[in-house]
Amino acid sequence: MNRIQTLYNSIIGKKVIAAVTGLILFGFLLGHVAGNLKVFTGSTEAGIPHIDEYGQFLKVAGEPLVPAGALLWGARLVLLFSILLHITVVVQLAMFSAKSRPVAYVKSKKKAASLPALWMMFSGSLIAGFIVFHILHFTTGTIQLGEFEHGYVYNNLRSSFSNPFVAGGYIFVMLVIGIHLNHGVWSMFQTLGIDNPDRNKFLRTASTAVTVAIILGFIAVPASFLFGAMPEAANYAHDLLTGH
Amino acid sequence: MRIKLHVWRQSSRSDKGHMETYELDNVVAEMSFLEMMDTLNEKLTVEGKEPVAFDHDCREGVCGMCSMVINGEAHGPKSKTTTCQLYMRHFDDGAEIFIEPWRASAFPVVRDLVVDRSAFDRIIQAGGYISNHSGPKPDPNSIPIEPNLAETALDAATCIGCGACVAACPNGSAMLFTSAKVSHLGMLPQGQPERFDRAKSMVSQMESEGFGSCRNYAECEAQCPKGISIAFIGRLNSDFLKASLVEPIDRRGDMKAQ
Ligand code: HEM
Ligand code: SF4
Ligand code: FES
Repeated sequence: MNRIQTLYNSIIGKKVIAAVTGLILFGFLLGHVAGNLKVFTGSTEAGIPHIDEYGQFLKVAGEPLVPAGALLWGARLVLLFSILLHITVVVQLAMFSAKSRPVAYVKSKKKAASLPALWMMFSGSLIAGFIVFHILHFTTGTIQLGEFEHGYVYNNLRSSFSNPFVAGGYIFVMLVIGIHLNHGVWSMFQTLGIDNPDRNKFLRTASTAVTVAIILGFIAVPASFLFGAMPEAANYAHDLLTGH
Repeated sequence: MRIKLHVWRQSSRSDKGHMETYELDNVVAEMSFLEMMDTLNEKLTVEGKEPVAFDHDCREGVCGMCSMVINGEAHGPKSKTTTCQLYMRHFDDGAEIFIEPWRASAFPVVRDLVVDRSAFDRIIQAGGYISNHSGPKPDPNSIPIEPNLAETALDAATCIGCGACVAACPNGSAMLFTSAKVSHLGMLPQGQPERFDRAKSMVSQMESEGFGSCRNYAECEAQCPKGISIAFIGRLNSDFLKASLVEPIDRRGDMKAQ
């Protein structure tokens, strides 16, 4: 515990915590995008869209090993803890660095720093705002931007994303997440001391490739609904959705 | 050549300082940047004005004294080149040149372009040494070292401690300097005994001097006159992690079989 505290109190340690929590959040994004793609796989014989079924599955995942909802809430807590810790350390580091140059240059030039890297705080803040909005929109239904009924994931998506502003807004935020990750994923390797000149090109290319794949996967959903490429879901009875 | 200079003038540590404009029309392309500064100072002296204070010593790229941010770049526009090795032929006739001191709270301006870099000395004092016996001189090459390792350690050792990395970093971080100093000792056999303590104490000194935190921009590497690689920052991160989480590992004790 003492050692964790030493690490937490140092700027390198805080940066390592940003990298590890970033990795956890990145892992979540991978799972999330894979789940989202179920939107495209159609419906069961009973007419339930696979994505609705998947939503049901998440609620009971882990049964009967753990009670229904335990795994979901466990994961939510880990993610909440990670994002709060991620935000805490990056804000602390930014505040620490802000004191390091009291007098600004009249002229200053960047030779290497990339815009995504320089914009991490900006992209991150947008992501933080988006996460709150996104949960209020599609999880709780508090923000109504279309018809919303708990459990009817497919129909909820279809209704919200038929609005070009909603779909466009989601696509924009996905691009911002992509910008965050394009620097972030590689930066994680560097922070953890895993990058080296002999694998730098590979790690950078792989980071960008995975980021592009994830972001395209996310964008595919609002884009497909917006351009009307998605069939209407059959009306199915409430009682087919257990747990609601 | 004719040039127009905008130079930071600050009479003392407590003075607020300001940019001042000078015109020079007797600049020769073969002059080094510092010779151009000498020419400016001669002119100022003849005019009865205070010459511009700037640091310099070797004028051949090894001492690391000639700290100037030229047109927004530490050591000027030519990469892997110190200010003293920069020539006026690297500028156009009629050029407008901005000259500022390193900007960092850990490098206070003493006067004009001269900054106090003793913060770097204190980082070195915190762990930039190895312990050695003081007996008879050992045979040269008595400790075999893998050539690649020796070369990499030597690359780190080319850091001249100029501080351009700090000046260039948007966060005013000294990670490139500190990592070069930690690495060139920590990679060689002679530097092993203090390896993890060194990483911890030099980083801790770096933090208390008020240098900012690294954001992996690689701006330091791009503006470092010796082209020190940010790979050493990764290496320091890794050593620091081990030093704070696992090292030193106590592996004494009995073991049982089963
Ligand atoms: C989907 C959620 C997020 C993911 C996957 C993510 C991922 C990452 C990763 C992998 C890094 C690199 C860490 C390193 O360099 O070692 C990073 C850095 C950073 N993140 Fe995030 N992040 C997320 C959300 C946020 C949020 C909500 C903020 C809000 C402020 C934020 C702000 C930052 C900043 C400022 C950095 C740079 C830290 C530094 O270099 O000092 N991120 N992020
Ligand atoms: S790392 Fe490069 S820029 Fe930094 S002090 Fe050493 S030589 Fe100068
Ligand atoms: S004067 Fe010594 S490096 Fe420039």
